[in-house]
Amino acid sequence: MSADASIPANTTAPRPPDTRALLLFALVACLFIGTGFAQSWNTALTIFNMGLVSAIMALGVNMQWGYAGLFNVGVMGFVALGGLAAVLVSMPPVGGAWAAGGVRVLLGLVLGAATIVAAILAWSRLPPGRMRGIAMIVILVSGFFLYRAVFDAGVAAVEAVDPAATGYLGGLGLPVILAWPVGGLLAAGAAWIIGKTALGLRSDYLAIATLGIAEIIIAVLKNEDWLARGVKNVTGIPRPVPYEVDLQRSEGFVAFAERIGADPVTFSSIMVKLSYAGLFIIVLIGLIWLAEKALNSPWGRMMRAIRDNETAAEAMGKDVKARHLQVFILGSAVCGLAGAMMTTLDSQLVPGTYQPLRFTFLVWVMVIVGGSGNNWGAVLGGFLIWWLWIMVEPLGLGLMRGITAGMPEGSWLRDHLIDSAAYMRLFTMGLILLLVLRFSPRGLIPER
Amino acid sequence: MDVLNAFVALLNFVIIPATAYGAQLALGALGVTLIYGILRFSNFAHGDTMAFGAMVTILVTWGMQSAGITLGPLPTALLALPVGIAVTGLLVLATDRVVYRFYRTQKAKPIIFVIASIGVMFLLNGIVRFIIGVDDQRFADGERFIISARTFRELTGLDEGLAFRTTQGITIVVAVIAVALLFWFLNRTRTGKAMRAFSDNEDLALLSGINPERVVVITWLIVAALATTAGVLYGLDKSFKPFTYFQLLLPIFASAIVGGLGNPLGAILGGFLIAFSEVGVTYAFRKVVTYLAPGDWQPDGLLQLLSTDYKFAVSFGILLIVLLFRPTGIMKGKSI
Repeated sequence: MSADASIPANTTAPRPPDTRALLLFALVACLFIGTGFAQSWNTALTIFNMGLVSAIMALGVNMQWGYAGLFNVGVMGFVALGGLAAVLVSMPPVGGAWAAGGVRVLLGLVLGAATIVAAILAWSRLPPGRMRGIAMIVILVSGFFLYRAVFDAGVAAVEAVDPAATGYLGGLGLPVILAWPVGGLLAAGAAWIIGKTALGLRSDYLAIATLGIAEIIIAVLKNEDWLARGVKNVTGIPRPVPYEVDLQRSEGFVAFAERIGADPVTFSSIMVKLSYAGLFIIVLIGLIWLAEKALNSPWGRMMRAIRDNETAAEAMGKDVKARHLQVFILGSAVCGLAGAMMTTLDSQLVPGTYQPLRFTFLVWVMVIVGGSGNNWGAVLGGFLIWWLWIMVEPLGLGLMRGITAGMPEGSWLRDHLIDSAAYMRLFTMGLILLLVLRFSPRGLIPER
Repeated sequence: MDVLNAFVALLNFVIIPATAYGAQLALGALGVTLIYGILRFSNFAHGDTMAFGAMVTILVTWGMQSAGITLGPLPTALLALPVGIAVTGLLVLATDRVVYRFYRTQKAKPIIFVIASIGVMFLLNGIVRFIIGVDDQRFADGERFIISARTFRELTGLDEGLAFRTTQGITIVVAVIAVALLFWFLNRTRTGKAMRAFSDNEDLALLSGINPERVVVITWLIVAALATTAGVLYGLDKSFKPFTYFQLLLPIFASAIVGGLGNPLGAILGGFLIAFSEVGVTYAFRKVVTYLAPGDWQPDGLLQLLSTDYKFAVSFGILLIVLLFRPTGIMKGKSI
């Protein structure tokens, strides 16, 4: 007993409860509950579910920016990779497409990858000199043509198989929950490639590199029909929770709904949303627990030390580049996980909806407003900013209606103002970001 | 073998469009590089500054058109451009006064400026969409072609036509004038020299009595002029759509970094390098090769290395190669 007491417990000492944080979380809870009363519980739950996903994205970005000071503006790309994972894991395989050219497509991809590996090997193994450059270029050029020759025919064959309904290879037909970690893995892989090249250079370069990879990932999703049907979208991704119709058909459910005096149709939709919320909350709590453990461990202290003074940390023998790569991959994986969850929630992958303002920069607003370096802050920012993002639109419309009330019906200015109210949200987000950055730069719940 | 027709096809589909696009990218990249050299941060709001300037110019153009003022064969937008530059200049000065100056006096880290510029980007995005909407706007008027494909065919008797659009010609001419003015300013005037000194070594410049706030104001004004010009030229040449301007951020940054951030000559070089690779890699060379091939032989495929949807991948690829092998850019960056 006395031996236990003598161990210094400063690393795990319980902190005094942070009243400010509690109050802020209570306020955000009130916003959601208020939406439930003022509009409908269905709406409130829809916003809440996306709020949960946003909070996880914000956690991922917070790992990179808050712990390590890495500036990743390619969140959208990692989120989209997660969405792709949901399709690749859960959709049933398209047998016809596999028979027509599936193997050929895979072979093409392997050839492409092999070309790049061979080029890298040539560069690192051959002695420096002119021969090395020529060898690498020869490998790349001949590999590219070989890859295109094999790959293009396969793609054409796959995309010709019933293009209106499928026209892609389909997925593995596994439960969609499995797609969540797979989404994280896909995003981690992309992050590894980016991190290997752009980390260790100026922070601005990482920003541009991530911006670029995100655009390219979206371009791939939009144009590679064999992969996930491109702009034709994949719909009807299997759910991890029951369908509303099935609930409404089940006698037990209808009896239960009547017993609590609810309309079975509305209640079934609320139940489905609640089940999603339950799954997401489990993931979010697990991540927060892990993130808090990590942040308060020696690893977390090392990360913050590197962030605050790279030179000093390097002098202490810390491998700054390797640690940066590690945390960059981790954060991106969390974003990928959130992306897979979001696509599961939507039951569809629509590449056209991935907009950098919505999926990259809005997440940044969440982290900065919530409090960079603080996991709870990022989560709070995720919920609060997502709620605002949804609510500013009707509020802006109401405001515009108020402003234009005195104008004559059908006037050009009136119509224009009311039509443009939707863009108020971009302006509001910019304003919030600038105000917080200026007057409360450490965010609503600052790092301790 | 028909070298002449092959060359005309290449000129028509690759060289002329890429030169015009390269000029637009170079003007954009010059703005980014100047901000980087003087204020020392990557301005993410640059694409939206371009969109804002173009929007103001479009509105003024429409006003002029409805008032019956035109430039004859040239697009009216050229007449409206100075107004666009002036309004954009006021806007960037206002953002500097309200947003960036605070962080400058605080000597905040560059990354804080970048985040602030993201906030400004959101604001401008909202303003532009609020005023002009998200749709495509066309505002080019006047003569459409300097040489149309038909006239060229009749003139030369070649099978292949060459269309040289007025907007492409104007882009190139205006870009050359703008760049010449900029370099004259940076190299010959006292203020320009002060800017270069400030970019080279801030402390030394301060010691020699250069007023930093004045340098900053002039930089912003030049950047507003460059951004508006680039935005209007791009809009004339293609069409004006706010989202495309946001997407231009990637090739513009790629141009500036490839050329060497902070180096104006590098920005121009980078702009043309990116433009030529983008157009060259995404152009289907089937026609050119058919002309060059002996006899009636025709290639089976389109001979297109990448589909046009992947044009971002080209700027990105070049960026990665430069970052891997020469991180400071082709021309040494970080000073004007």
